[in-house]
Amino acid sequence: MSLWNRHKIFEKNSIILIVGILVVIAIGGLVEITPLFYLKSTIEAVDGVRPYTPLELAGRNIYVREGCYLCHSQMIRPLRDEVERYGHYSLAAESMYDHPFQWGSKRTGPDLARVGGKYSDDWHVTHLINPRSIVPQSVMPGYPALARTELDPSDTAAHLRTNRAVGVPYTDEQIANAAADLKAQVDPDSPGSDAFQKRYPKAVVRNFDGKAGNPTELDALIAYLQMLGTLVDFKLYNEKANLR
Amino acid sequence: MTGPSSVSKSMTMGEAGLASVFAVFAFVSFLGAAMGHDTAFSFHASLACAASLISVIMIGNRYLNRPAELPPAEIGGRPNYNLGPIKFASAMAMFWGIAGFTVGLIIAMQLAWPALNFDLPWTTFGRLRPLHTSAVIFAFGGNVLIATSFYVVQKTCRTRLAGDLSPWFVVVGYNFFILIAGTGYLLGVTQSKEYAEPEWYADLWLTIVWVTYLLVFLMTLVKRKEPHIFVANWFYLAFIITIAVLHLGNNPALPVSFLGSKSYIAWGGVQDAMFQWWYGHNAVGFFLTAGFLAIMYYFIPKRAERPIYSYRLSIIHFWALIFLYIWAGPHHLHYTALPDWAQTLGMTFSIMLWMPSWGGMINGLMTLSGAWDKLRTDPVLRMMVVSVAFYGMSTFEGPMMSIKVVNSLSHYTDWTIGHVHSGALGWVGFVSFGALYCLVPWLWNRQLYSLKLVNWHFWIATIGIVLYISAMWVSGILQGLMWRAYTSLGFLEYSFIESVEAMHPFYIIRAAGGALFLVGALIMAFNLWMTVNAGQASETEGAGALQPAE
Repeated sequence: MSLWNRHKIFEKNSIILIVGILVVIAIGGLVEITPLFYLKSTIEAVDGVRPYTPLELAGRNIYVREGCYLCHSQMIRPLRDEVERYGHYSLAAESMYDHPFQWGSKRTGPDLARVGGKYSDDWHVTHLINPRSIVPQSVMPGYPALARTELDPSDTAAHLRTNRAVGVPYTDEQIANAAADLKAQVDPDSPGSDAFQKRYPKAVVRNFDGKAGNPTELDALIAYLQMLGTLVDFKLYNEKANLR
Repeated sequence: MTGPSSVSKSMTMGEAGLASVFAVFAFVSFLGAAMGHDTAFSFHASLACAASLISVIMIGNRYLNRPAELPPAEIGGRPNYNLGPIKFASAMAMFWGIAGFTVGLIIAMQLAWPALNFDLPWTTFGRLRPLHTSAVIFAFGGNVLIATSFYVVQKTCRTRLAGDLSPWFVVVGYNFFILIAGTGYLLGVTQSKEYAEPEWYADLWLTIVWVTYLLVFLMTLVKRKEPHIFVANWFYLAFIITIAVLHLGNNPALPVSFLGSKSYIAWGGVQDAMFQWWYGHNAVGFFLTAGFLAIMYYFIPKRAERPIYSYRLSIIHFWALIFLYIWAGPHHLHYTALPDWAQTLGMTFSIMLWMPSWGGMINGLMTLSGAWDKLRTDPVLRMMVVSVAFYGMSTFEGPMMSIKVVNSLSHYTDWTIGHVHSGALGWVGFVSFGALYCLVPWLWNRQLYSLKLVNWHFWIATIGIVLYISAMWVSGILQGLMWRAYTSLGFLEYSFIESVEAMHPFYIIRAAGGALFLVGALIMAFNLWMTVNAGQASETEGAGALQPAE
């Protein structure tokens, strides 16, 4: 009985009740979240993961804007069928530069964590404009407006700078050349493409939407989709090395 | 209007201060609209400018039309309850409910018939889905929570709501946040964090509104006339405080420009995922559970005219619930790149969470002891009791789905959608409807227009829920099994698109269920409209005791 009486202190004093609530709800979050920032085992050490090129970043922002994550996950679980269907299970390191993360929670459509290189650029162009012209049973919306909308290069550098402020290691050089790199990635013949590839090793330079002229939103989105899951070379990846 | 008065009339600090703040804000947002880097930002800044100017005019009008003295805290020794903001929030809840259910029906049909996306940027599933979730959770649910909390805290503390303009600031400001968030989704303004999609400026605005909400609620508690804080208020308080903590933890973002809508979230990758589902699951735990349990603890005893079943059970289940819920987030990230230890913690606490959840259910249901016969005659009470039953069902299903092996099948499938909707339609929806059916007659001093229509609403909506969740169980489990099916030769049996094709009939059944739920809500809106505008004055309170329009 006395214990129940003790509870009266919470019932008679709103400030003590608030403090009690705050303490009780703080514990779980602190225990689960804080170690993720300092335990080394949280993010694997792997080669190949780099910040997004300006074009890929623009594509990623379109992916976010259109809510693609609501139907497509980017997180392959280490289950037999998923690894066979989609490829090597996803590593934490592969999304370490993702602000925000795009792991998703629903697969109305297939997982996209390793969609890069799986289909041709042409396939993506046709599929994004009218999915059912390629996959008749698809329930995905079409995005014809992407092909008509040119990217605005004026704030590309600002996007990279903001990413650097939240922890993505863009160099001064990458930021200074952001707007030029945005265009260089869709034009293999441009003088800037060599310098671009030095700044972003193994990034693909291609005219993604197949149309000449300034990069469009379609270029950007396809550039992003085509690089997804391609950064880590799993022939060289040693998962035992990450047991630490 | 300006009749002779014993006291000379002057503006209160609140009126003068708030009007000046809004005047400055109107100017700032005018500049923002003119200099905005993207159309969405300029559009939102224009809305803010217009809303600020209207607020200045409204405050000025109020001052000119009001008597010299502010409404007294008591009239004749009885508390003079402040009902205006509650009426506003109740009406908005009904409006947003209809809007949110309608958008839900549209996106359900888009999945069955993709041509309904119209392939315009503003009408695709990806932009409408956040509109649906925000409209039902935050707009419908949020307005119900604000309305009922303002009502319950006044009644159970036997005192007038704290603040003069601030309760109005909370209800109107909150709905302005909804407007900014909702129009933003259609224009592609989103940070892509589920149930936390609004961009940085909407988040900042919500922070101001929410802190005001906390202060109004807290100050009302502080000046209460009752020695004890009633149990419903513990739950409301836990809901308000925890949502504030979650909102701040999940949303720190750096805008690309202070004149543009796009921002990048401070957290990245795995940490961002953990923050997101710590937020996401506790939006369920504290917004959709603690807040609505508060409704249960006031409205069910009141309607059944029985005391709460067990005071001790309510103490235990309150503290256990809020302690355990916070840990449950990682069950949204089973088998992902989140470290195993975090997943295991999330699963363990999710399973434990079953107990306090059922503690709440038992406390709600057993309150009916000795009054079970009322279920036959009172469809409003029946609606609330069935909601508690749905709460019990989905809080059993949730812990089960958080078990890793079960989750390996259910995750990424429609089973999750079905689970969410048994909680959202059955528990949150029904307990809100029940509360509004009680609240509207109390607020406007009327008798409910038609109990028969409530009965129709109850049955139509119940059939809708059953269709919805059973379709999603079947489609979800079917989907999960098809993805992992192997042939006898050891090959994957189905391509992904075959699983999509198999969903079609269930998506039609689900849309039909959603349509029935919407029809039920339309019947409710008609019933409440008739209650307010053509209903008979309540007998108990005496005719002619209508509240003055505020």
